[in-house]
Order: sequence, then structure tokens, then C-alpha cells
Amino acid sequence: MKKDIILAGVGGQGILTIATIIGDAATTAGLNLKQAEVHGMSQRGGDVQSNLRLSTETIHSDLIKQGAADLIISMEPMEALRYIPYLNKEGWVVTSSHPFKNIPNYPEEESLMKELNSLPQVASLPIEDVAKENSLPKSANVVLLGMAAKYIEILTPEQLRESIARVFAPKGEKIVEANQQAFDLGLNAVK
Amino acid sequence: MIQRKLLLGDEAIALGAVHAGISGVYAYPGTPSTEITEYIQGHAPQVRSRWCTNEKTAMEAALGMAYAGKRALVCMKHVGMNVAADAFVNSAITGVNGGLVVLAADDPSMHSSQNEQDSRFYGKFAMIPILEPSNQQEAYDMMPYAYELSEALKLPVLMRIVTRLAHSRAGVVVREPMAQRSLSPETDRTHWVLLPANARRQYASLVGKQGELLASSEASTYNRKSPSAEGKAKLGVIACGIGYNYVMENNPQQLGIPVLKVSQYPLPEAAIKALAEECESLLIAEDGQPLVEEQVKSLLGADYHIKGRLTGDLPRMGELTPDNVGAALGVGLEQPYTAAQNVTPRPPALCQGCGHRDVYDALNKVAAEYEGARIFGDIGCYTLGALPPFRAIDSCVDMGASITMAKGAADAGVFPSIAVIGDSTFTHSGMTGLLDAINDNANITVIISDNLTTAMTGGQDSAGTNKFEAICLGLGLDPAHVRVVVPLPKNMEEITRIIREEIEYNGVSVIIPRRECMQTLQRKLRNKKK
Repeated sequence: MKKDIILAGVGGQGILTIATIIGDAATTAGLNLKQAEVHGMSQRGGDVQSNLRLSTETIHSDLIKQGAADLIISMEPMEALRYIPYLNKEGWVVTSSHPFKNIPNYPEEESLMKELNSLPQVASLPIEDVAKENSLPKSANVVLLGMAAKYIEILTPEQLRESIARVFAPKGEKIVEANQQAFDLGLNAVK
Repeated sequence: MIQRKLLLGDEAIALGAVHAGISGVYAYPGTPSTEITEYIQGHAPQVRSRWCTNEKTAMEAALGMAYAGKRALVCMKHVGMNVAADAFVNSAITGVNGGLVVLAADDPSMHSSQNEQDSRFYGKFAMIPILEPSNQQEAYDMMPYAYELSEALKLPVLMRIVTRLAHSRAGVVVREPMAQRSLSPETDRTHWVLLPANARRQYASLVGKQGELLASSEASTYNRKSPSAEGKAKLGVIACGIGYNYVMENNPQQLGIPVLKVSQYPLPEAAIKALAEECESLLIAEDGQPLVEEQVKSLLGADYHIKGRLTGDLPRMGELTPDNVGAALGVGLEQPYTAAQNVTPRPPALCQGCGHRDVYDALNKVAAEYEGARIFGDIGCYTLGALPPFRAIDSCVDMGASITMAKGAADAGVFPSIAVIGDSTFTHSGMTGLLDAINDNANITVIISDNLTTAMTGGQDSAGTNKFEAICLGLGLDPAHVRVVVPLPKNMEEITRIIREEIEYNGVSVIIPRRECMQTLQRKLRNKKK
């Protein structure tokens, strides 16, 4: 079994934290993993992505082939669309519906959402609003991970939840609880 | 105890080097090599690891440690090899005493660089062994091997990686660390004093070792050919470094394509000839420039059919991917979705509140008053001043070139001729150029935009922090023309006035806008809260 995931967003939105949590869960579960990240210049507010590959078999390439990704997890709707050439036929797109406009020529929002929703398998949610309404403004990325949890399949939501506890443990019990709450909000939102 | 750790390629190299018993790592930050030194700084206090001023000082210090009999690592991005080249090439002539590994991290596709030069050419040029790991585990395993090889051959070893290995994580099995080596400085001066008489002898010795280098490659477990099959295959592949992964991703076994994996150079000629015998044609899958393709052509002769970047079977530029390698192997692409309509590029930008923004606002205001104004930029976050909304700089070439290009342009008659350089880039390669300008009384205005850190690569210490006025005065600059300002919108009037005054001064002036980087400031505030 394998799961090829593209994590997308804008530099600073916290996609590497999502990758860290999934990576920790996969390592604990004894899965093979490769995770290509973007460091350097692009992190300054540019588009960033991470190729995350999980498998019970040997993984060769650090990069996912076009048309081969099982899942796109995106912190931003246009960034989700950027990677659809990588999506396979049965693939899911799980994304924030909240545009991040730091460029003057951001596409017209209505046609952007229309194109996004024309894909057969999409789950979207205004994760920033959900996080804020629940007094978890810094955990929007973990809300998104919660939304994606049921599509990751190779790992259970419970394994991811346990990984959140390990990853945030150095920051204290309160932060762990806040992030697990954010995770559950996302998880329950797509049921 | 055997342990499995999730490590970036860079981190695997760092830990491999620490476990191989290095006593020092020498480096200047540069994407994608930075995390190697950062990891050692964070995990191995017993290893000397403070950042160096530039790649040349790093290379020379590492050579000094190897001279003293201890194992040393020096790391840099590919363009850093140009800066270190004098010391690097001559380290092959002196040879080494303790093991020395030079790590060059190349950036095909120029994710964070101004070119995609291939460091393997430097290794071939210097006539030393090159190692090119294909994955994180191999990167870790190769470090002790590299030091043994270096000490056995008495030569530095070049290890070449690319961005996709440097910045990709995978599980790595790690072993017990080795002890550092004890101090035993070199006693034979004739190896190290490269007067022509000695240098000729040393060079002859280097040339004489080439057979040993080849034998080591031929015997290396890092170079291996898939088992021979019955009959002749239509196509075979020589897969170098990370290219091997992209080949394997496309299931060559199922396609009946034999593969020779190459991760140690000089090229294993016997294995290549054996593979060529089994196949009607060969594809060369190498990331970077067609170094192997050219060599294999001359090895197998003009009649043998070679495919690669020179023949257009793989793209002439840009990094390899599982897709373009798949296409070269004849594997079709199954792609249900094509590119979306509602997507536009999202280039990086200077952070909100960044001091460089205020510097460019001020410069743009003043430059607009002079028809012939030219602003020579440099390497760092502030290179983003080339993009909208600023569009402020006219050039960005290499570390330090802002000052020296401004001088040359001023010599040719450009006025005002302005240089913008960051604090870390200034100490890396700007100081010597400023001395040229001062000695020649060039009519230039130099802005050292000081954010107290090496920001572009993530906030490493900057070598000249708190020393810039003293450096400028020490180089002989008139104290009246070393001006310090605080780049904030509220100071715009003062900053623009000072820029104007210094442009009007006929000679070298330095303006230092100084305010801490927003990223390092926010990190400090976060850490304080904890």
C-alpha cells in the first residue's frame, strides 16, 4: 500500500508542521517515508509545497510523478489548484477555502472556487474561521490535517492524533490539547 | 545500538560526518547546504562548527585541520565552489593528512540560485574522487567511507548532492559514532610548500594516483550493475546519484532495461563497457550538466548510440524528475487533470515590516531624481528588491559584485552609481572591493543594508555584526562619509536626504541602514515568551 500526498500553501502557513505530524506518525507505524520540502527563497511568502510519500514498500523517488498523487492537502485554494496535474483519477483535494491574496493579480475568486469545486473529490472549509471561532487561531493547519485524516488511509486518525501529542509535547500540555481539539474539529467537519 | 531516524539528506550527511569522527565543520550558509552545519551546531557540541566568513576561508580552515591530522568537513552551495576554488584545487596538489571531505550542494533548476553549475566538473578538474549519494541512507553511509578513502589516497574527496536530496527526509539507520582522531600534524614540508619544484612533484604524484582512483571506483559497492539478462537489451541506463531513484521509480526491471548505478567517480569504465555490451543503446540519467554523457561518448566511440541531455532525450537544463526520466525510458504519462486555469505565479517577497523595504523606498525616491542612476544589487533577501513593487535594482551577479560593478560602472562614467549589499554578503566578498574603490577614489555610494543576520538562509550569525563602521574606517574611508540610519518609514526624510548628500559627494561613501531582520526578531520574541 502507498499514499502519495502533496502538501501546498504559501510560505509561513505551516505546511511543514502538517508534514512533521504525518511523518512522525508514519515513522512510529514503521512505514517507509520520503518527504521533499522547499527551503530557501520561496519561503518568503511565495508558493511552497512538500511531496510526502508513505508506503509499505521501498520508495525510490523523492518526487511524486504527475498524475500519481492520491491526495492534495492545501492551506489555500489557488495553491490546491496549482498541483492538480499531479492528482490521480481517484485522488482527493482537501483545502482551505480561504484565499490568501498577497499578489496583485490573484484570480477572480468565484471562478477559482468554481474550478476547484468542479473536481470530483473535493473537501473544502474556511479553516482560519473555524480555528478563530474556536479560539485556536494558530491551529488552522491542524484543522486542515484533521479534515485530511480520513483520506490518508495508510494511517488512522487515531495514529495522527497520537503523533500530535508527541510533536507538540515540548510546547506543553495546553498546546497539545489545543491542537488535538483543532484536529478533531477538522475530522468531524468532513464526516 | 542501531537506530532509525527521520533525517533530511543534509542532516544525514551531518550525522554521518559526526559519526565518522570529524573534529570540525567549516561553512558559509548557502541553500541547499545550510542545514548540514546547522545540524552539527545543534547536535554535536564536540565538533568545532562556527560559521565562516566565506567558502574560501572555510575551505582553507578545513585543509588546516586535515593538515593537523584530524578529520574535517567543509560545506557549501555549488556557487560557493567558485569562491573556494583556489584553495580547493590546490588541496588536491598538497594532498591531505587527516581525512577531508568537501561537500558541494548543487541546485539544478535554480530553486534558490543564479546558475545550475555542476560541481562534479570541479572534482574532475582537481582530479580527486567524487561521491554522489542517491538517497539519505547512502549519504549517511558514505561519510565514513569518504574519510577512509580520503586518508587511504591522501587526497580530499568531493561529495556532490542536489537540492532534492538535501531537502528531502527519509528514515536513516545510524550506527555507533567513531572517536575523533588525535593531533598529528604533517611533518613533510615538501608536500605543503607549493613552490614550483615541490608543486611539480606533488602534481606528478596526483597524476600517478589516477589509476588507484579508477580502481577504487571499479571496486566500489556504490557503483553497481543490475544482473545481466539473456540476449541484448534495446536500452540500458547509467543512472548517476539521485537520477537512480527516478529511473527505479519507473520500474526498469519490468521494462527489461538493465541499470548501472554510479555514485563514485572517476567513472567505472569496465562496468560501463560491460553494460554497453549488453545493450543496443544507453541513456545517461544524471542531474545537472552532461558530464557523464560526454565522457561515455568518448569511452564508447561515436558509433555507439547514447541518449541524454545533449541529444534532447532528457531536457538540456533543469533538474531530473520521475516524469522526464520516465519519458526518456518510454514510459507514458497517465494524467487525468491538466493545468488549472485559475492559477497565477506567487513569487516570494520581502517580509512585511522588513528594513530592506524602507531602504528601497528611499532609494527609489532619490534615484528618480537622477536620470542616469544605476543601482547594483547583490545576493540575499534584498535581491527581491528587483521584483514589484520596488523594481529597484539593475543587477545581481555574485557575492560582492554590487560594489565592484558599481566602481567599474562609475569608472566608465555612470552617475550616480550605487551599490546595495547586505551585511553578511559585505563581509563575505564586499570588503576587498570597497578597498579597491577607496584606493581609486571611485565616485560610488555603497548601501550596506544591515539586518544583523544572514537572513536569506534562515538567520545565521553574520560575521561582521557590530563591526561595519570600524571595517569601513579601517579600509580608509573618510569618517564624514560613513553614515548610519534606521530604516523606518518615519525616518524617510532623513534617509533620503543622506542618500542625496552622499550621491553628491565625489568619492566613496557608505550608508548603513541598520535594523534587525523581522524573522530573527520574531523568533527571539517567541523564545522569550516560552
